[in-house]
Amino acid sequence: MSTPEAVTVETPGVVAERRPPQWLLTIREAWRLRRTKAGVAISVAMVALALFGPLIAPYSPTEFVGPPFAAPSATAWLGTDYIGHDVLSRVLYGGRTVISLALAATVIGLVLGVTLGMISGYARRWVDETVMRLLDVVLAFPSLVLALLFVAVFGPQLWLIVLLVGISHAPRIARVMRAATLEVTQRDFIKSAEALGVAHRRILAFEILPNISSPLLVEFGLRLTYSIGLIAGLSFLGFGMQPPAADWGLMINENRIGITVQPLAVAVPVMLIAVLAISTNLMADGLGRALIGIERDTGAT
Amino acid sequence: MNGRPSATANAGAPGSGDIVLSVEQLRIVLDPSGVDIDDDVSLVIRQGEVLGLVGESASGKTTAATSLLAHQRRGAKIAGGRITIEGVDVLAASPTELRRIRGGLISYVPQDASASLNPALRIGTQLAEILEAHHFGDSREDREARLVQMMSDVLLPSDKAFLRRYPHQLSGGQQQRVAIAIALACRPKVIVFDEPTTALDVTTQAHVLETIRALTRSYGVSALYVTHDLAVVANLADRIAVMYAGRLVEVGPKAALFAGAWHPYTRKLLAAIPDLSGRHALKGIPGWAPRPGQRVSGCAFAPRCDWAIEHCAAEFPPAEGLAIEHQVRCWRSSEVRAQGASHEAHLRSAAAALGSEAEKTVVSVRELIAYYQSKETLHDVTATLREHRCLALVGESGSGKTTLARCISGLHPFKIVGDIELRGKPLAREARGRSVAERQAIQYIFQSPYSSLNPRKTIRQILAQPLSVFFALSNDEAEARMERVLEQVALDASLLSRYPDQLSGGERQRIAIARALAAEPSVLICDEVTSWLDVSVQAAIIELLEELQRVTGVSMLFVTHNLALIRSVAQEVAVMNEGRIVEYGEVATVLDEPQAAYTRKLLADTPTI
Repeated sequence: MSTPEAVTVETPGVVAERRPPQWLLTIREAWRLRRTKAGVAISVAMVALALFGPLIAPYSPTEFVGPPFAAPSATAWLGTDYIGHDVLSRVLYGGRTVISLALAATVIGLVLGVTLGMISGYARRWVDETVMRLLDVVLAFPSLVLALLFVAVFGPQLWLIVLLVGISHAPRIARVMRAATLEVTQRDFIKSAEALGVAHRRILAFEILPNISSPLLVEFGLRLTYSIGLIAGLSFLGFGMQPPAADWGLMINENRIGITVQPLAVAVPVMLIAVLAISTNLMADGLGRALIGIERDTGAT
Repeated sequence: MNGRPSATANAGAPGSGDIVLSVEQLRIVLDPSGVDIDDDVSLVIRQGEVLGLVGESASGKTTAATSLLAHQRRGAKIAGGRITIEGVDVLAASPTELRRIRGGLISYVPQDASASLNPALRIGTQLAEILEAHHFGDSREDREARLVQMMSDVLLPSDKAFLRRYPHQLSGGQQQRVAIAIALACRPKVIVFDEPTTALDVTTQAHVLETIRALTRSYGVSALYVTHDLAVVANLADRIAVMYAGRLVEVGPKAALFAGAWHPYTRKLLAAIPDLSGRHALKGIPGWAPRPGQRVSGCAFAPRCDWAIEHCAAEFPPAEGLAIEHQVRCWRSSEVRAQGASHEAHLRSAAAALGSEAEKTVVSVRELIAYYQSKETLHDVTATLREHRCLALVGESGSGKTTLARCISGLHPFKIVGDIELRGKPLAREARGRSVAERQAIQYIFQSPYSSLNPRKTIRQILAQPLSVFFALSNDEAEARMERVLEQVALDASLLSRYPDQLSGGERQRIAIARALAAEPSVLICDEVTSWLDVSVQAAIIELLEELQRVTGVSMLFVTHNLALIRSVAQEVAVMNEGRIVEYGEVATVLDEPQAAYTRKLLADTPTI
């Protein structure tokens, strides 16, 4: 035996092309499910409605077009609201805030939750205990109650709402991310990097994060749904956008006294919030299912 | 029910009885794609006969074995063929009939008993369940008597207290015995054993094999024993069927097969088995067994075969040989047969030592005590690794061999007392507390190549890691360095842009070795590096390691549970048991004249051919 024989045999069917990252594969897998397609289609429609609605709105959201709680007519297709604004125009203007605030809150929650969860899962021992117990405390307060408490102290500021909703997501996201991190941390390639003396933050960013990108994606979809509900809820309670601004949550609150006379002024924003939340949830669900499927395919090896 | 068959009634020469099970032209495919997993599988098992079904991973042996119970894993489908047991057509059976057939006529012992026993039920309940499901006996008393007998058959206590235990309260060997008892409960005609000892230590494996042997003899039950390890079936099977890429390439009586196999693959497989006595050198088979969908047309072994001719790629050869006794499927089998059995046997050149015993010490461990959480798991371990030499650390699971290896590499997360020195200088407990030069000097290769390579990184990124930590190299220099280490492990540079899951297990382990080599270490710690690999690939990796040690002169700590391997790589050996070194010395001395009782037991239990 002189030199080790070259054992490289071309594997048929394996192409040496650059493969897409894991999260992209998850999305691709999810796209094969009908629920994902439906979710994406509706979400895109809702975002388009929110973005371009103001361009096609017949009136300004603060323009008086008729008597309060007027029934639908040729001038106001969905009738008027409690002080005579056009409901259709306000609906077309009112989506931007809820979507953008929900997105911002979700991103804040993800950044916080992923950071805390990964540090917990990777550091273990007392760091893990401390972080998780502190998050348990946050978790013990219902998110809406916590938000209300701070809004009551600092007043209804938009940045505060976004921050509070984001913070209320963090513990839940952190739990999921911690579990995913724990699993990855136990694999030998992490020990290998540690034996080499690779810096902790590099291990977190380059060894662990790419391996938990799929659950992260699912969390994003799920938390977006929750954010929409929470932000709309806070607006309804009067802590979000302030009149005369147009906002779906606020509209429900403003017009609920006239629900028997002009139900459309309440029903339309309620429906839109529901459809938006359901569509993001469908996407998250599709991603979640794809994630399980993907793990099943490759988990065996 | 008949009375229990007595041991003498079935003691006739195995293989001469009636045919109990026959498989004809079985074909199993992947479900939507229709790709073959198994094709053209025909075999028979006679009364009281043990047929060993041997093949590398992905050869379709387990799929074929479970199909005998008309069961397919998800995504697999039986596309054709006929399976009859005692005249019953298994594949045509209705679900109700199947329930009677499974466990009644044919039963199954899975690979991992800890996963197959229900963790929430007491073992007594699980044993009683199978008897009740098959309405065994006439009364509760009958069943209880049978239960007691089953337990004594598999050499387990049958008292109430033991039957009230949960699976997790049993050892791995005991769990496997319970699984065997369940399989035997209703006196089936055939039992399918699916690698039932791979998860067990050699000592436990030897005991379980002994039990299986005794039971098949005394009950006259036939068995199909699926394994990747020819050495395991060497003492158990009457006949052996060798499977490659979903097809049986050779079926024959054990003695004839070992004396002179007819198929080139069988011969290569035999040469790859580590040999305890040290008669022949390990010889790996280049390449690996193709998975379903990657198989070439004609004879799938042709790409790895020294005998391959053009015709092999064109057509899969028909079976030839002596009736159903000994059959082979190879175009050139007559020429292979004409060649003496010794053709594949390469005489060993004993793992030649570069250095003598007088070499300088590289790593020394003195009076080391290590804890797992608060429990002491290593007691007073003293060992020395010398320059240019390889020390094998042998022991069963729980013997502390991996703990010792991890202590040296700075990966043991719990308390350590005692001295670990690298060239006379004490080493910090944790890798992070060590200097860059110290971390570079000691490199660790992990057991599982499936877990030790980050699946989201390309091979280039994986190899770049040690380079960027230890050396300041330009991109071109790094690239050249990577190509060089890949060459050292006999891999092509084209793999650099691949991901680990595009590689076979053997290739992955080579990458892990390349990563360790990239750091240019003076000590290489190999922790059970072949235990996840096929026998043929294991032999190739062992060849590689021995070669590397000889060429680079790196010192090596070779951790293994397999005594048969160490002659091929190591010069010194430390045998560990329960956290202590029980015997320490030159390999030849320890293996030929073992002093410690434990070493002798370990040697006796290691399966050989």
